[in-house]
Amino acid sequence: MIIGESGSGKTTLLKCMVGLNEVDSGEVLFDNRNFYKLNFKEKKEIRKEIGMLFQGGALFDSKTAEENVVFPLSMFTDLSESEKRDRANFCLQRVNLENANNLFPSELSGGMKKRVAIARAIAVQPKYLFCDEPNSGLDPKTSIVIDNLIKEITEEYNITTIVITHDMNSVIEIGDNIMFIYKGEKWWEGSKEEILKTDNKEVCDFVYATKFMKDLKSKF
Amino acid sequence: MLMKRSFGKPEKLSIFRNRIFEEITILGVNSLGIVAIISVFMGAVITIQSAFNFENPLVPTYAIGVAVRDSMILEFSPAIVSLILAGKVGSSIASEIGTMRVTEQIDALEIMGVNSAGYLIQPKIIASVLFNPILIIFSMFLGIFGGYIFGVIAGVVSDNQFIEGITHDFRPYNVVYALIKSAVFAFLIASVPAYHGYYTNGGALEVGRSSTKGVVYTSVLILAFDLILTQLLLA
Repeated sequence: MIIGESGSGKTTLLKCMVGLNEVDSGEVLFDNRNFYKLNFKEKKEIRKEIGMLFQGGALFDSKTAEENVVFPLSMFTDLSESEKRDRANFCLQRVNLENANNLFPSELSGGMKKRVAIARAIAVQPKYLFCDEPNSGLDPKTSIVIDNLIKEITEEYNITTIVITHDMNSVIEIGDNIMFIYKGEKWWEGSKEEILKTDNKEVCDFVYATKFMKDLKSKF
Repeated sequence: MLMKRSFGKPEKLSIFRNRIFEEITILGVNSLGIVAIISVFMGAVITIQSAFNFENPLVPTYAIGVAVRDSMILEFSPAIVSLILAGKVGSSIASEIGTMRVTEQIDALEIMGVNSAGYLIQPKIIASVLFNPILIIFSMFLGIFGGYIFGVIAGVVSDNQFIEGITHDFRPYNVVYALIKSAVFAFLIASVPAYHGYYTNGGALEVGRSSTKGVVYTSVLILAFDLILTQLLLA
């Protein structure tokens, strides 16, 4: 998980990782393949291994939920129409959306959009899943549902998932390895247990910014 | 750079073909109504204005038909209809692609490994270049028909005189010239707003700005190319 204050550079880092932003220096390695040294065709192959959950869902407005999930399958597989539909239904069911196949994004709630976006991301069985603030704009209950869904899918499909968030509840719920970004730089790295014990000032200011977290700290 | 990416090889031909048909419907077929209304009224106005200006007894009445035919074929249908389409279709293209940019839908396409410029822009350009000449021919017919109907109803020209006029010294090359212009304008109508939409950065306000810029630049380029092509093809 990558955490940090708003404007610290989390989303920029994520966009660099997936190749949406060019990097000035450094490397982005996918199974020891440096993304920025690959040619267009090789980059395209890596991108097919990437699933991404955008902050707003980024569903295609002109397509229904099912068509959104079918889209990557139509683009990159030779499955028949019925096979694509079966796969889309399976993915939508996996994210607990069974009766939303024919709804357009404008007819879906924020949480439903995120679930369709997850279904679309997993449709082509990616090796890497990138999530940009999956809880933004969601109520606490739906946030937990989305967090758990990401965790379950990560374990079930054995994929590497990178989540960007500033929601400490998510960090506590699903975080394994955590990186704290401060003013555009990697400031701290460690486990969920370690972040609760660290005495790094900037990390503590971020982690214990809310009364709930302060109370939690005082209990331990 | 964007044009190079736009004309990259499509990921899947079947999807690409469907996209072209979709765009022909959205950009072309859906514009038939507005083109029909504008053309009929343009033809009618040209007839009445020509009649008003040709009151001299030395000018034969069938000249009204010649004026309507040549005005519609040479300038009004290809240039004025294209300017109107630049407003209707151009703003639609820029705002659609601009909204997709600011809501990260274009990023989602890129992440999937889809050439977003090729997927979104290429079918629009092809559809526009293929269908715009059809719209312009449609406009020519309706413009001349509008001129005929209103001319006869208003009593400024008889039906025989009007038909004599539209067949008098007809040069098929004028239609070829008009179709070449309309294909070039169609390319501008689809590509310039697409460029502005694709490079939108920000939110709803910027989408509106991109749409306005797309229409304004397209209109100016249509007028500039109208002059250049006329000089090249008719001079």
